[in-house]
Order: sequence, then structure tokens, then C-alpha cells
Amino acid sequence: MSSLLSASSALSEDALRRLKREMWARAVKLGFRSWVGWRRGFTSKADPQRSDRVTAEVIEHLERLALVDFGSQEAVARLEKAIAFADRLRAVDTDGVEPMESVLEDRCLYLRSDNVVEGNCAEELLQNAHRVVEEYFVAPPGNISLPKQDDQEPFSHI
Amino acid sequence: MAAPMLRWSCLGKRWVLACIDGGSRHGRGAAIGCTSRRKRGQSSVAQQPLITVQKSRKGEHEWAAVVGLEIHAQISSNSKLFSGSQVHFAAPPNSLVSFFDASLPGTLPVLNRRCVEAAVMTGLALNCRINKKSLFDRKHYFYADLPAGYQITQQRLPIAVNGSLAYSVSVGKKPSQVSTRTVRIKQIQLEQDSGKSLHDELRSQTLIDLNRAGVGLLEVVLEPDMSCGEEAASAVRELQLILQALGTSQANMAEGQLRVDANVSVHHPGEPLGVRTEVKNLNSTRFLAKAIDSEIKRQIHELENGRKILNETRSFDYKLGCTMPMRDKEGKQDYRFMPEPNLPPLLLYDTASLPPGADPQQVINIDWIRDRLPELPGKTREKLIQKYGMLPEHSFALLNEVGLLEFFQNVIKETGAEPKKVTSWVLNIFLGFLKQQNLAVNESPVTPSALAELLNLLDRKAISSSAARQVFEELWRSKGKTPSQIVSEKKLELMQDQEALERVCHTVMEGHPQVVMDMKRGNPRAINKLIGLVRKATLSRADPTVIKEILERKLLS
Repeated sequence: MSSLLSASSALSEDALRRLKREMWARAVKLGFRSWVGWRRGFTSKADPQRSDRVTAEVIEHLERLALVDFGSQEAVARLEKAIAFADRLRAVDTDGVEPMESVLEDRCLYLRSDNVVEGNCAEELLQNAHRVVEEYFVAPPGNISLPKQDDQEPFSHI
Repeated sequence: MAAPMLRWSCLGKRWVLACIDGGSRHGRGAAIGCTSRRKRGQSSVAQQPLITVQKSRKGEHEWAAVVGLEIHAQISSNSKLFSGSQVHFAAPPNSLVSFFDASLPGTLPVLNRRCVEAAVMTGLALNCRINKKSLFDRKHYFYADLPAGYQITQQRLPIAVNGSLAYSVSVGKKPSQVSTRTVRIKQIQLEQDSGKSLHDELRSQTLIDLNRAGVGLLEVVLEPDMSCGEEAASAVRELQLILQALGTSQANMAEGQLRVDANVSVHHPGEPLGVRTEVKNLNSTRFLAKAIDSEIKRQIHELENGRKILNETRSFDYKLGCTMPMRDKEGKQDYRFMPEPNLPPLLLYDTASLPPGADPQQVINIDWIRDRLPELPGKTREKLIQKYGMLPEHSFALLNEVGLLEFFQNVIKETGAEPKKVTSWVLNIFLGFLKQQNLAVNESPVTPSALAELLNLLDRKAISSSAARQVFEELWRSKGKTPSQIVSEKKLELMQDQEALERVCHTVMEGHPQVVMDMKRGNPRAINKLIGLVRKATLSRADPTVIKEILERKLLS
């Protein structure tokens, strides 16, 4: 969201209106249940500047989805501020404006030929890793505790 | 009381009715259509969907099962969907990873033309409508082998929709009783594969290999038009053959290039569909049908015992032969789909809409691709049946084994023998030897030309069919020898010398006056005994029909 927002600050008024409209249309269309529900929980429909409290329940849900520990009241306050910032979009009147697919919808999608031109840089990539075993990244046992899957085929796609 | 059999029979195209009928099996009579029982060995995916369930007190209710599939096929391409790193199975860990695949900041997706073409080809082959405009979306979930925290997929507007896939299942006892069914295809979408996680439980850590991350996938969504494991397995098998014929995916399940998830529910016909479960990780054709049938059985058992079916994800434990709940994701997932901001809509053209003067590298013409579609398995089988008068099940068998059809065609090219004879040799003897030693067609020690030469010898009546088998065994053992060499080395050629054969017949008749007497008295089996004795005397080098002729002539004289 925040990348979209910063991109939108450079857009024209019209594009901004369309973008905002699009975001809302999408949210409803795709059933962003938690997103919508969560907004309902703390924002009034009319006043975008008003900063309601985010309930503990919503925080818990977000923490689980995003695997982010908000940890402190300060972080929650920051979240509320971010939401209030994003809510300024609602001040734009988008009535009768056709939703955009993307801010790049009029651009051509460039097609690359199927050639191998990258890769073979495991060493460089692994420099970013906190821990490495052989050429593998090492991650914690997982945010998702799977049942004992030791005899599962190694190709399991989760 | 013996547990009554629950027989699955496919009624119409939508469901299998399981008729529970107190001990007897008369309930089956009510089911029109066909039972999905089939003989083992017909195809590699065949499973016996015969299911036994403890009869419930509640009654004679019939159950219908509904099965839908989501199939992920890895696109066969040199490079990944959005990056220029290589696609290759079993490379050293993290060696095929670009900065984009590792999701380093500042990298952007660049779409691989080949992957788009593969999706269009597959869509056309599966009778889909190709969307001239399709969109990319981000699907968010957090897992260590998905470094971006989202997968780029096509959630809102996929590249192909509303298709169909025809497949055949064998019905009834004979393998020749084949019934063609159709499953609707909801959509085909382009998406990224994830990396692979190796769970090291001992040290409580997960090892991540991103070589697979970003490989192009075709997600093919099949509507719930199937009703038993065997139907699902046959549909997957047909799809696999189509993908391989198109070359859009190698579709090798053992290498994870084809992965199947099944949605399964049961209900009483006429009532609303039941709660469904998702069976994941069906990564081998062998277990696909088994897993689905066992899940159907489990659901019926649960419901009949007054329990409820939970909407959950289960995985198939092939050691226990049943599905187990899988706690993969906490509660209902919220994927927070959003439009992929870095990729404009994907536009495709046909000859009519092709913009004039467009860079041919940058436009994809659906009509051009349609004109160049290779022959699909269904068509190939039809041609085999027409051209060679082959039985449908033989055409299936020829296509079921990689390289077998080509082998067959190469033999046909070089032999004058009847196609029927060639089919029988290839499917019975050649394939039998391969199976016995667990070899692939291209690993066979017998070449198509060698088999063709052998069949020519047989066709010319230079050798008997039992000698031909002997030659074949010898060909299999000693690579490099030709059939003619073996025939002359082992003196297997049929006796062409009529006089010599007559002499042998004469000697045999003289040596066995009792049998000759029997024959004269009209015992029809006596002549066979004499034929056998003559063949033995000639070391099986004489043609039985010729012997019979001589013997009959001699008796009359």
C-alpha cells in the first residue's frame, strides 16, 4: 500500500481520483474482508482525518497475517497514523470515474526472449543471509508449524 | 455380517453413485451409465475404486462424490517467468537465482515471452477462450521460500478461461469398454513457483533453496465435474499427455513438474453439495486416485457416523493409505490480493487485431499459435485407430508410455508385417520385457529396426512364432546382433525343404502307429499330437500348418 501511495503523490489529480476509486472497488470486489472490517472498526465513513483506535483484535489479526509484532503501543500509534494518512485518499471525489487496472495500464508490457542471462550468483546472494548451511539460506523452523512431514516427498508445494 | 460392498458407479457425467444395499449388490442395477471398475494394468494410473464401508443404520442413502482439481504445471522454458535465471531440476542450491528471484530491492519483473506462448498454446489445446487482455496480481502469504512475501499470479483476469478436457475411463470388465468424459476447465493462469524448503527438524531449522522460485507455472483449474479417483487420475493423465505433446511442460510428477490438489466433497444426490476438503500434495499418479477415493470413503464414514466434515486441508499419507489433516495455515487465509503495480495488462492479438508495424518480438498472435499447434493425443489415437484398425485400448497403451508410439511407428516403417501383428508384438512382448526390467523405451536393448527385421522373418515364414520369441529374447540379451544372425546361429529357420519335412513326417508316423490309428478313427486330437511330435523332431523349425498339410495328405494316400 505504501508504495502505491508514494507513487500516487506524483500523479495528477485525475489519476489519483481514479486510483483511489480503483483501490476501493478492488477492496470490495476481492473481498478484503479483514481490511474492510478493520477499517470499519476504527474509521468513520465521513471524516478521513479522524483517527480511531485500532482494536486489539484487529492488531492480533494483522500480526498473524503480516508476521509483524507490533509490540508496543507506539507501533500501534504509528499504524493508526499511517492509516489516517492513507485515508486522505477518501477526500477525492471519484464519482463517475472508471477504475484503473494499474497506474501503468496504458503502457506496453515488455516481453523478454527466453534466454538465460542471470543467476550463478549464490555467493553474492548468500552474503545477505543471516545464516547459511552449505549453499542454503537458513530460516527458522517456520511461522507455520507443519505436522511431522519427514516422510513427505521433498517436492511438496505449500 | 460381512461388510457390504460399496460400489462406485459413474452415473451421468457428474457423480458416482455409491449404492449401499444390505449385503446384496442389486442396488447397482439402478445405476445407469457405467461402473468405474476397471482392470488393473490398463493404464499406469488405474486404481481400483472399489470401496468398502461399514453399513450405517441410517439407511439406504446413496452418496455422490464431487471432485475438482487444481493442477500446477511447471512451464518448460529456458528461463524463469519474470527473470533471466535458468530453469533446471536438481541444480546446486541457489545457483539458479537472480536478484529478482531473491526479491532484492530495486528489482522488477520482466515477462518471459515463451511462458506467455506456452499458456496460450495450452489454453488453445484445452478449448479455452484466450483473454486478449489479462492481468497480474499479487497474492500475499508469508513463507520462507517465498522471499517477496507474495506470489505474482492472475487472480482477476487469467489468460485463458472456459475450456474443456476430454478423457477416457475404462468401464465394465473388458478394457475395451472405454467411456469418454469431459471436465470443464475454469481457467488457466500464469504464476510464479515458490522456492523449496527442506525441514531439518533435528536442528529445528529450515533450509531454503530458491532455484525453483520464479519458475513459470500454469495453474489449470478443473471444475468439480469428476466423481471418483479414477476419473480424476485419468483426467490428469490426459492433461499430462497434452502438455507433453505441446511441449509446454515436461509434466513429470516425480520431479514436481506437475502437482495436483483435489477438492473433494460428498452429498446425497439432489441435495446441496457437501462441505469440501482439499487434499494436497498429490504428487504421483500412483496415489492420486487412491488418495481421492480414500478421502471420499472417509467423508462418507464421518457423515454416516453423525460427524461433520470440516473445511480443511489434508494430505495423503501413502504409507497409511489415508488422508491426514494438515495444519498448514492458521484459519482462513487472507491472501490480500492486489494488482501487481509493476506489470501493465498483458495484451494478446489475433491476426485481425494485430497493430500494423508492431515489433514482432513484442506482440503475440493467437491465430499464429493456433495454426502451429502440434497434434494432440486424442487426434493421434484416432489416427492410429483409423490407419491401422487398432483397438482403442491399444491406441491408449501406445501413447501411455513415453517413446512407445515412436518406437511402434519406426517398426511399422521398416516391416511388411501386418499392423495388428506389430501392435501385438510391441504391446505384449516388447512392453512386457520393458516392464519386467523397469526400463524406459529409450533404454531398450532392442532397436525398432531389429524388431522390424524379426517381424519380417516371421512374416515371410522364415521362422515360426515360437522361434521368433526365442530370437527376441536373444536380441534382448545380446545387443548388437541382428535377428538373421541369431536365426542362423541358433538354426532357428523353418525347414523350407519340403522333401526333408516329408521324410520326418513319415518317420514320425511309422514310429507312432497307435496315434495314426487314432487319427484314422477320426479322433481330431490325434493329428495335433502328431504335429507336436514332428515339430519336436524338427527342433520346432517346421511350420505347423505345413506339417498338418503333409500329415493329412499322407493319411489319405
